[in-house]
Amino acid sequence: MPSTRLDTVFAALADPTRRAILARLANGQATVNQLAEPFPISLQAISKHLRVLERAELITRGRDAQWRPCQLKAGPLKDVADWVEDYRRFWEQTYERLDDYLREAQRKEQPHGQVDR
Amino acid sequence: MSKLQVVAEPGRQEIIIIRLFDAPPELVFEAFTDPDAIPQWWGLRSSETIVDQMDARPGGSWRYLNRDANGNESGFHGVYHDVASPERLVYTFEWEGMPGHVLLETVTFEEQDGKTKMTDRSVFQSLEDRDGMLSSGMEGGAGESMDRLDELLAKGRAART
Repeated sequence: MPSTRLDTVFAALADPTRRAILARLANGQATVNQLAEPFPISLQAISKHLRVLERAELITRGRDAQWRPCQLKAGPLKDVADWVEDYRRFWEQTYERLDDYLREAQRKEQPHGQVDR
Repeated sequence: MSKLQVVAEPGRQEIIIIRLFDAPPELVFEAFTDPDAIPQWWGLRSSETIVDQMDARPGGSWRYLNRDANGNESGFHGVYHDVASPERLVYTFEWEGMPGHVLLETVTFEEQDGKTKMTDRSVFQSLEDRDGMLSSGMEGGAGESMDRLDELLAKGRAART
């Protein structure tokens, strides 16, 4: 079950139109029409994208009669960015440790303690 | 100079890592293929890496166990395809926290003024696999990462009601 939620978030983010929608919402809530404006696709197609984002819990809809204001939910999106940071940090640390290992290995190769650069 | 680059473009099922090391390619290649070297550098400082298996030859198997600060264990294993010292290493990689999602990893070592430019390219079988790896953070057991996800999603839902 958890990996399904994760899949939903990443699938939601994998589309450039949806990412652009999220970027627009980062500047404040908007109606479906406002969100559709920059794109050469139908309102229906935009609505489909919004439903995907809503299912991924990346946005919420208000209960307006005709036009539905959407608001960006920062939580899950920020957390996704944090995980990528964790991945990056793992390799940063690993390679820093490799730096130390290589420095030591080269020092051992020099009998008088001088490192040949 | 030694700054790490991690490239993971949206929609592409690969992760590319580029890193410069202040040592000749022969030495870096050795660090990647010596079972005594691996535990000395692979993984977070707070964790411990144990080499369960490592036969760095074409067709040889490898397996590492990584134990984090909380005692959670992660296994990683695969088979070497190419072991061409000092330029190139090609192997399969499977994280036991996400079994059945095997990736192909190519690591090249390029000499640059006595230093080594390492390019590590992991190609996944799907975008979901690639994103799953990124989101895992490579930390702890898979269980830990997934519990954290559950917690965060639950917090998000609670905040809305």
